[in-house]
Amino acid sequence: MITLNVNNKTYNLDVAPDMPLLWAIRDYVDLTGTKFGCGIAQCGACTVHVNGSPVRSCSFPVAAAVGKNITTIEGLADNKIGQAVEKAWIELQVPQCGYCQSGQIMSATALLKNKPKPTDADIDAAMMGNLCRCGTYQRIRSAIHRAAEIINA
Amino acid sequence: MSESTTTKLHRRQFLKLSGFTGTGLMLGLSLKANGESVIEKITRSYLDKERLETIAANADAYNLTPFVIIEPSGTITIMNPRPEIGQGVFQSVPSLIAEELEVPLDGVTILQTGGQKKYGNGQFAGGSSSVRTSYIQMRQIGAAAKDMLIAAAAQQWGVPVAECYADNAKIIHKPSGKTVGYGAVAEAASKLEVPKNPALKDPKDFKILGKRYPRPDVPLKSTGKAIFGIDVKVPGMVYASIERCPVFGGKLVKYDDTAAKKVKGVIGVETCERDINGHHSVGVAVLAENYWAALQGRKALKVTWDYDGHESFNSNSFAESLRQAAKEEGAIDHEQGNFDKAFADAPVKLEAFYETPVVSHSAIEPMNCICSWYDNNKIEIWASTQVPGRIMDQFTKKYNVPEENITIHVLFSGGGFGRRLYPDYVEEALELSKKVGKPVKSIWTREDDTKMGPFRPMTFSAFKGALDANGNPVAFQHKVIAPTLDGNKNYDKTKTNKTMTEGISEQKYEIPNMKNLFVFHYMPVPLAAWRAVTSTTLAFAHECFLDEMAVAAKKDPMDFRMAMLTKPSDTKTLMQKLREVSKWDTPLPKGWGRGVAQWEFFAGLAGYVIEVSKKGNGIKIEKAYAVIDLGTVVNPDTVEAQVQGAAVMALGAAIKNGITFNNGQTVQSNYNNNPIIRINEMPPVEVHIIANGGPVIKGVGEPGLPPFAPALCNAIYAATGKRIRKLPFDINNIV
Ligand code: FES
Ligand code: FES
Repeated sequence: MITLNVNNKTYNLDVAPDMPLLWAIRDYVDLTGTKFGCGIAQCGACTVHVNGSPVRSCSFPVAAAVGKNITTIEGLADNKIGQAVEKAWIELQVPQCGYCQSGQIMSATALLKNKPKPTDADIDAAMMGNLCRCGTYQRIRSAIHRAAEIINA
Repeated sequence: MSESTTTKLHRRQFLKLSGFTGTGLMLGLSLKANGESVIEKITRSYLDKERLETIAANADAYNLTPFVIIEPSGTITIMNPRPEIGQGVFQSVPSLIAEELEVPLDGVTILQTGGQKKYGNGQFAGGSSSVRTSYIQMRQIGAAAKDMLIAAAAQQWGVPVAECYADNAKIIHKPSGKTVGYGAVAEAASKLEVPKNPALKDPKDFKILGKRYPRPDVPLKSTGKAIFGIDVKVPGMVYASIERCPVFGGKLVKYDDTAAKKVKGVIGVETCERDINGHHSVGVAVLAENYWAALQGRKALKVTWDYDGHESFNSNSFAESLRQAAKEEGAIDHEQGNFDKAFADAPVKLEAFYETPVVSHSAIEPMNCICSWYDNNKIEIWASTQVPGRIMDQFTKKYNVPEENITIHVLFSGGGFGRRLYPDYVEEALELSKKVGKPVKSIWTREDDTKMGPFRPMTFSAFKGALDANGNPVAFQHKVIAPTLDGNKNYDKTKTNKTMTEGISEQKYEIPNMKNLFVFHYMPVPLAAWRAVTSTTLAFAHECFLDEMAVAAKKDPMDFRMAMLTKPSDTKTLMQKLREVSKWDTPLPKGWGRGVAQWEFFAGLAGYVIEVSKKGNGIKIEKAYAVIDLGTVVNPDTVEAQVQGAAVMALGAAIKNGITFNNGQTVQSNYNNNPIIRINEMPPVEVHIIANGGPVIKGVGEPGLPPFAPALCNAIYAATGKRIRKLPFDINNIV
């Protein structure tokens, strides 16, 4: 049994300890906002927060998450920065297919937590690990600036 | 009370009890399956199965047309035949109906159709066709439904129809001010005849069309709530991961699944077939209780393949064979004037050869599908797909079952780009379900997705061009050397192939003597349409070679093109607009250069001016000005997003390494060695839309792609003097 704390709820899961956190979240905790894109920490679609830091859950064994606070996109609205990011995303109509966007939003939220007023260079550094095949990057950048405005208002 | 009425009531009661309101989300509905309570994630408004069934059961009473369903409560449902793959049709297409129906879009439920014949043959997403081919038809559907509702209300009130109008889901009797909601007259309206030619609104009265209207899928996609194919779970399903022959054309000899079956969670191993554009293969699937176990089981499989000589295929020698094939005369694609004579006689002649790579679609949501084969001959499918219509058509024939036996749930697609036009991944899952008697969820790994194709083919282009003594173009030839997409080995070489010569003979440039050619050359890997299809490679070659002609003529590339556009055309208007918005005629800083390109093809028309600057040994893209001509625009905000996205995809295909083959196998496997553009590489793209009306409506999703690479390479020439004739190239190392 693996005990996980996801979005402030406790789950006891009968899964292999080497199962990536991604599959435990999707297949067992039953939260599907976190996506599978590459499985090798290259695309960022699976980004969640572990104790507040962005982590690629496809390359993070579930056993390593025991005793830590995991936040997924579904748990983001409980937090002021997460709300601001989601609001900015909707306001600027960022998503196209939308598949990468949970990961983008998780990375953007982590960035804004550390840097409430990120520069373009900060955005590049924090968001480079999140691929978007639809090419929504221009709007992602604008939405992060917009979220910063909302947070700092 | 008849049994069907009981069912209806039961279902309606169910909807009430479950708090379904017709819009918004219904989360975590508990259903009973095998005596166990399961959370069925599929019961959200986007694809609520119960709701679909309710609507089907009530269809007679409430259906105004197959696309508009109004319940007595006033709940309005619009059936959307176009799969949403990121191109915005979840908003644009229902808007066409909602506008004429006089309902706000955020007040309606949008459901996807599942390939049923009654929804027509437009049930696909491809060719940038969703809006341009249904702009009038969908509006007529909305207008017809509105007219029926007005007629029913007028009848009820005993007043002339002409005294009534509709607004905000209500009918209003002008003289008395009486109003009635759509729900109250829906049943009466549904019994009226559907008017054939309902009057359409004057565009100046539009409330939704032409406006920056928010897309209803965006809040779902900004909060993790949107349901993609990969997110669906159905009771009793098992997961599958499939090992396929790494060499295209190889055969399965045998497999040993002893170790695989020992992996905890693995429940079985089965073979399954894949058919993709002329390529047939047999793979070995590991089925398991969870996906991770399926992957572990697959690693433990021991499979013996017979490569059958196909392991000798590699990209370098294939490229060489294309260069050799370029010497063949080829089939005529288009001929005007007397090219051979004009070329022979001209004082200035140019020849050039252009090469492009194979690229992958690489949608971030890998191929996946749930299929359930049950009750002997019934099929239920949950899929991210671009082609519910094709799946229905193909499967009724292949499995010889009537349409009623097949249910297709179309989910949001995490990217399509042409890849999801091909239901090979659906057929695999269906065969497995048939074999194991359970719903099967098959998920491709990223490695499967990258290695197994289908791919956009490479095309090579051989050019000849000639100028007269004044530098005017007098002769032009574009010869395309390429395979065809269908995998036909025995293609008739005396015939051109309009898909593979897409657009090269249809540009508006007036050149008196032209002879375009096609040389077929077979490529032994699965090939497919890619966003903007063959225009993505041909436009690069074509518009760069025209630039070479402009240079040889010592003319400004914009002036050179404009001189070939003397007659009025959308292309001419587009070029004028590009010149204006990019301030083409103002000087740039030292070390900068700008380039221009346009492309017109079946999907539409767009062009770019791109500005670059020298940066070390490479270049930096300073700015891209895009102009897209649509005739009529439905949502300018979506158009902007689509063009920016197309620019990113085009840039990736121009400067990232692409797909290569060695020993009969795909060399690349994942995003680490098959990279796509990241945020730090995204140039600013400023989008301008031409929407001057007129009968022709052009596409949105694809036209922003083809002219990007040539405008970029022409800009690089202007800045550095280096002519790029081969994609991909290293943007950080030009000189
Ligand atoms: S799925 Fe984890 S980074 Fe791509
Ligand atoms: S929105 Fe489609 S991959 Fe990012």
